[in-house]
Amino acid sequence: MENRNPTNSRGKLQHTTNTFYLVSGWIVIGLVLVALPFFMEYTISQYYVYLAIKVIVWVLFAMSFNIVLGYGGMMSFGHAAFFGVGAYSSSLLLVKTSCPMVLAFVIAPFAAAAAGVIIGYFSVRVKGTFYFAVITLSFAQLAYILAFKWRSFTFGDDGIQGIEVPSIISTDETYINFYFFALIILLICLYLLWRIVRSPFGMMLMTLRENPERAAFVGIKVENYRLIAFTISAFFSGVAGVLYALLETSVAPDVLFWSMSGEVILMGVLGGMHIFMGPALGATIMVLLNSFITSYTEYWGLFLGITLILIVLFFPKGVTGLIVEQYGALKGRKKR
Amino acid sequence: MAFDSSMLFIQFVSGLSRAMVLFLMASGLTLIFGVMKVINFAHGVFYMLGAYIAFTLTALLTGPLGFWAAIVIAPTVVALIGGLVEIILLRRIYEKEHLLQILLTYSLIFVFNDAVKLLWGEEMRIVSLPKILSGFVTLFSHRFPIYYFFIITIGILVALLLWVFLSRTRIGKVLRAAAEHKDMVALLGYDVGGLFTVVFIIATWLGGLAGAVIAPTVRLSLGMDMEIIIECFIVAIVGGLGSIWGALLGALITGQIYAFGILIVPNYAMAFLFALAALIIIFRPNGLLGKPLQTG
Amino acid sequence: MSILELKEVRKSFGGVMAVAGLNLRVEDNRIQCIIGPNGAGKTTLFNLISGLYSCDEGLIFFKDRDITCLSPQEIVKMGIGRSFQVTNIFPKLTVFENIQSVILFTRRKGLSLFSDAKRLFVDDTKEIISMIGLNKKADKVSGILPAGDRKRLELGIVLATAPELLLLDEPTCGMSPMETADTIDLIKAIAVKRSLSVLFTEHKMDVVFGIASHITVMNFGSVIAAGKPEEIRADLKVQQIYFGEA
Repeated sequence: MENRNPTNSRGKLQHTTNTFYLVSGWIVIGLVLVALPFFMEYTISQYYVYLAIKVIVWVLFAMSFNIVLGYGGMMSFGHAAFFGVGAYSSSLLLVKTSCPMVLAFVIAPFAAAAAGVIIGYFSVRVKGTFYFAVITLSFAQLAYILAFKWRSFTFGDDGIQGIEVPSIISTDETYINFYFFALIILLICLYLLWRIVRSPFGMMLMTLRENPERAAFVGIKVENYRLIAFTISAFFSGVAGVLYALLETSVAPDVLFWSMSGEVILMGVLGGMHIFMGPALGATIMVLLNSFITSYTEYWGLFLGITLILIVLFFPKGVTGLIVEQYGALKGRKKR
Repeated sequence: MAFDSSMLFIQFVSGLSRAMVLFLMASGLTLIFGVMKVINFAHGVFYMLGAYIAFTLTALLTGPLGFWAAIVIAPTVVALIGGLVEIILLRRIYEKEHLLQILLTYSLIFVFNDAVKLLWGEEMRIVSLPKILSGFVTLFSHRFPIYYFFIITIGILVALLLWVFLSRTRIGKVLRAAAEHKDMVALLGYDVGGLFTVVFIIATWLGGLAGAVIAPTVRLSLGMDMEIIIECFIVAIVGGLGSIWGALLGALITGQIYAFGILIVPNYAMAFLFALAALIIIFRPNGLLGKPLQTG
Repeated sequence: MSILELKEVRKSFGGVMAVAGLNLRVEDNRIQCIIGPNGAGKTTLFNLISGLYSCDEGLIFFKDRDITCLSPQEIVKMGIGRSFQVTNIFPKLTVFENIQSVILFTRRKGLSLFSDAKRLFVDDTKEIISMIGLNKKADKVSGILPAGDRKRLELGIVLATAPELLLLDEPTCGMSPMETADTIDLIKAIAVKRSLSVLFTEHKMDVVFGIASHITVMNFGSVIAAGKPEEIRADLKVQQIYFGEA
């Protein structure tokens, strides 16, 4: 867990072994991530490389979202708005202007962050989890309605088709290039998010989550910090949106629909929102399950809803929460 | 743009009928919140179910009988489903954190949308009106659909019924007391669990009624629950969550703003509602008639 | 010189007068106590000073500056730190994190996005932790500590905001006589070491007379007596409230 503090003195030997396991673990993960697309492309099917990229996109989205949910303690039901704004703004730039891809990629997350400032400005000042959920959901649906009805600008429910992608990451022949492109973006974003949650700002967020009243009485302006967290989260959700648009080379209003917000919540809750990599696990499980289940039935929502109900009733700490608990029990001491 | 008076008047009446449907919905939402301190994100689902069940009933029983049966039976069936949802699911989470409460009702939207897809399919459905309600009346030399007045009448009747129920009956008084001091009511020997079931049944009955009443005026489609729930949230924000009369006031205001907003920018009338909600959040965070929230 | 001064402060809730035209001075470097029966308006008074409530009427000065209409955050920034009657900490963070996060904020690092929080102000954090005597429990999750330790931790949190005036709402509430005595010594020692002024409320009379150099007695929202402990002990009105009927 990332909350261990420096006064925690451990045996030096154990420390070295830990470092060894940590380093070798990362090397193995790195090798798997590099070998994976080649293995899948040449042995099973290209589709699985595509699926792997989809996992990357959703991992990024889920972990961006978790800045708000897990670290900020804010239950946003409208994060599809930021994913969607990222996807739409980059696509519109690419389709309607001669903006180069790199520039569109840079601008779009800022557009998402701007949406985050606007929606966040109203949302963070309302009191209570319920109002917060109601307001974020409502704003996201407003964005959906705009994308759906403003045909002259957004192409309405036809969506934006045929987004041109530079040949170096083009997915016409192989998904491998795009895979590495997405992976690099993901790693950069995760590194930044990791730094943010461990930074003083991340610590402030945790104090707000734990006890906003106490935080206010040590001088922290709760609303300002929440707004900043919301904006950061919107920014990275926007990055995920751009990746999505480039991968699919098309965008439809569906990316702004409430069910998108619902799926990203489920990923966070399924994976465990109080652990940094929790939502990543949740996202991976969900994307793979989705691909598996939708190949059999069109009733994905039924599955999603029932899973969510079961988690709420029986495993409110998510999969990683469960693992940590089991691990703690194994070690014979209580972990939090 | 110049609007003649007949157009304005007809928008006013249509806004009023829309307000009544919103009131049916928002009063249920606010009743649940007031007593159980839970926001039912799935409240729109019961509205959608009401509409679809009304569709099936009018298709089964052709002629005027079908419609009247739908108005009576659809809300009842919906209320039964609501009661089951409360007993099987909701009562397990009252003591848990808000986040889990919200998640549970939210997940019901997924489940019921797919259930409707499974039972009724994805194509749009239309419910026809009996002859007696499908004509026009002439009032002050303007023509209005009779059905508008029918909806308005139902809304007023329900508002009166709710008022009598909450202020004149014993159980209504207990409910109001429960909304203020849950523990006190339990101490006095009332079964709070049973009370919650009753509230949820009443609220989902109102939602089902709203759906059955609106059914002949719209095309039924998947997702109609989300359209209405967002408007209900706005009504609740404007009126103040937990206050029934706030729900009525909020519904009247949003209904009118929507009706006249449509005259100005047909496609984006919703934007006016959002602007209204934003203003209320900034200047009157507890809504027009709401009390300060004590919940985290 | 007085560090805090209240002039004719009033606050009522729905017609009930909680604080009725109250005047109060807290002198620099002094430990001062407010006593009074339940419902006398002590906590309301603290909420008014710390900015949780706004005054209906009257003025509050801190170091001769008007702080009447400021927000809790601005008041903390000016140098008034407060604790609550019901212990108010960050329960899922460790003792160390509780203190360190507050120091980070107070030293204006709160908006630093990419530095490693763990390495910052470690010594300052340790200093406060040892001051409140929780060295051995620095790595414990604070929410599971005994009540007395949590109360001390809250004192540490308040100290971490670098205050000049401490407002402590029943700092020994729920403590055993042993813990109470320790805490009293602690507060005294900290006040001297950091040259702080302290204003606290308390129910336990031995605590009050053991530590305060000046006592204010409140009842029905106003001051009925103020002075040195021996004066208060001799005051007839106070005796009526506290000892009279007995």
